Amino acid sequence: MERDARVCVIGEDVGHYGGSYKVTKDLANKYGDLRVLDTPIAENSFTGMAIGAAMTGLRPIIEGMNMGFLLLAFNQISNNCGMLHYTSGGQFTIPVVIRGPGGVGRQLGAEHSQRLESYFQSIPGIQMVACSTPYNAKGLMKAAIRSENPVILFEHVLLYNLKERIPDEEYVLNLEEAEMVRPGEHITILTYSRMRYHVMQAAKTLVNKGYDPEVIDIRSLKPFDLHTIGNSVKKTHRVLIVEECMRTGGIGASLTTAINENFHDYLDAPVVCLSSQDVPTPYAGTLEEWTVVQPTQIVTAVEQLCH
Amino acid sequence: MSAAATKIIQPLPLNSTTTNRSPHKALFNPLKTIPISSFPASTRKLRLTKPNSPHARRRSTSVFAVSDVVQEKKPTFNTFFPNLLITKEEGLELYEDMILGRSFEDMCAQMYYRGKMFGFVHLYNGQEAVSAGFIKLLKNEDCVVSTYRDHVHALSKGVPARAVMSELFGKTTGCCRGQGGSMHMFSKEHNVLGGFAFIGEGIPVATGAAFTSKYRREVLKEGDCDHVTLAFFGDGTCNNGQFFECLNMAALWKLPIVFVVENNLWAIGMSHLRATSDPQIWKKGPAFGIPGVHVDGMDVLKVREAAKEAITRARRGEGPTLVECETYRFRGHSLADPDELRDASEKAHYAARDPITALKKYMVENNLASEAELKVIEKKIDEVVEEAVEFADSSPLPGRSQLLENVFADPRGFGIGPDGKYRCEDPKFTEGTAHV
Repeated sequence: MERDARVCVIGEDVGHYGGSYKVTKDLANKYGDLRVLDTPIAENSFTGMAIGAAMTGLRPIIEGMNMGFLLLAFNQISNNCGMLHYTSGGQFTIPVVIRGPGGVGRQLGAEHSQRLESYFQSIPGIQMVACSTPYNAKGLMKAAIRSENPVILFEHVLLYNLKERIPDEEYVLNLEEAEMVRPGEHITILTYSRMRYHVMQAAKTLVNKGYDPEVIDIRSLKPFDLHTIGNSVKKTHRVLIVEECMRTGGIGASLTTAINENFHDYLDAPVVCLSSQDVPTPYAGTLEEWTVVQPTQIVTAVEQLCH
Repeated sequence: MSAAATKIIQPLPLNSTTTNRSPHKALFNPLKTIPISSFPASTRKLRLTKPNSPHARRRSTSVFAVSDVVQEKKPTFNTFFPNLLITKEEGLELYEDMILGRSFEDMCAQMYYRGKMFGFVHLYNGQEAVSAGFIKLLKNEDCVVSTYRDHVHALSKGVPARAVMSELFGKTTGCCRGQGGSMHMFSKEHNVLGGFAFIGEGIPVATGAAFTSKYRREVLKEGDCDHVTLAFFGDGTCNNGQFFECLNMAALWKLPIVFVVENNLWAIGMSHLRATSDPQIWKKGPAFGIPGVHVDGMDVLKVREAAKEAITRARRGEGPTLVECETYRFRGHSLADPDELRDASEKAHYAARDPITALKKYMVENNLASEAELKVIEKKIDEVVEEAVEFADSSPLPGRSQLLENVFADPRGFGIGPDGKYRCEDPKFTEGTAHV
């Protein structure tokens, strides 16, 4: 925001309140109420407003107080955000960033625990990235703001408390690249967002059992980084996808298809995809735990794939 | 009768009668002064007496000349104010714009039935006064946002007829390279921000354009930025959430926007009166603290007067205005609509109030122009439209390589391919498929 005066933040409670998860804390004091705009509760309209502002020269960042609320903005995101560059024949660009906390939290109930990446993934014209660490959150956010394309940046409710040392100097990550978390030889585990931590936990157990998993945080949900993924598949010949979104029509489903189409010859076993159950996230703690993929399930799946 | 003073306090509908009927009752009583039979869809019922409540008076703060002007007049459609409202040049400009709109739309119908144009085409015949009345007052930097009935808005704003025609034919020389079509007319050069297929979708975009104008003035310190945005939409849209949400936001932040309702009484086959609990759309403005005005949309001069006031308000930073233009579309909702539901007498009533005929009569009667001069304009426009068709006909259809071209502003969005390079760097990229 300091570098470019056209960058502004639009969302509910982003200004005086500092954001529902304090992401925009103190920004309103520094930049004023118009650059960090507190909106009324009208997701569809303020998303559309941000799109109109982007078409006329600004670079807004739209915050969904919870990503689930952006379902109300689906009209604007699908029809205008994704399509206007194309239907205007390239005349207008929509350099917006749509971000917000999503994912399954701790007993927040069904409507506040939604994973919208699968709902938005078919929209042509948008890019989707999911951040998972403080380092890649900063780098991806900067890249998203500087990108001329509309980008949806998925943050996770449970990851806001992570602490990490990050470089002082400026760095910008690549929106389309995946991140190699742990190189390995036996199996490729593809994951993103919070599941990265479940996978790393499972990886500890697996290493103790003698396996050598390669863990890749795909980060870019749309488009997939087929180069990094492909190199890994060519090396290990086995793929396990671990994701938090639902089984039906999820990111894993698309990724499975992409891998099968492009790297079929390199696979020794079918691609296995572990996703959340196709249920609305229950409130009860035990039920919620069984909805999402747990480290023990990951360990079992790897053992079966690598038998 | 003398010219009424141009001082008004409350937002009044036009043609109020002298009898004091309560606003609610008037909904169901046809006005007796106009010899037209009443029927459910008639707009007669929307013409009301002054709202008597002091509340209404307190709410509105702006001054509108129009209603008072016509109040004392005999409520026939084509009596105009003796003091001329326009100069000759302005009159000719308005006439030319309306003739262009009408001829263009008529040509669209012909081309559609000849199989040159496809899909859903929504024609603007009959509503030209709204487009000409408003858009001709704008600067190039002001923005216009419309709906699917957008050909004439684009033409009024300055998009060349040949660019619009080729877009309709789906050719690469169209204003959107053939990728948008009838319902998505965009022009960066003329600041036409679309063209939206879903109703209500464009209103937030217009609010955003107005927001940018305010942002540029206050944050980017471009002190002279006073660009205004006009959002055009219909009566059906006024029952949609986006309309109300944007009225709220625009009023809250005093955005430089004018909300123009083209109330043509019908949303495809749904009469406005059957769909709306309170059909007087202008009344919804004061609920948000915005002045609401009702204007005779078949009369370009009245529209222009109301538009002047609303646009000036916005430029001065006083915030938005809601202008309801009572108008009518002579054709069906789209070229696929058989238009069987509308009563013939209603159509005849509005056909008699054709805005082009009315302006012609005004100009000739007030010696602003002769019939011959107007004929010259008509002939000129005929040639422009013919030329547009020829241009569109002879333009090339888009090739395969255009399919993937504008999906992303930054084509790196198509991702990194299996070979490690961005897919868009492959020279054969545009011949491939779009999956990511």
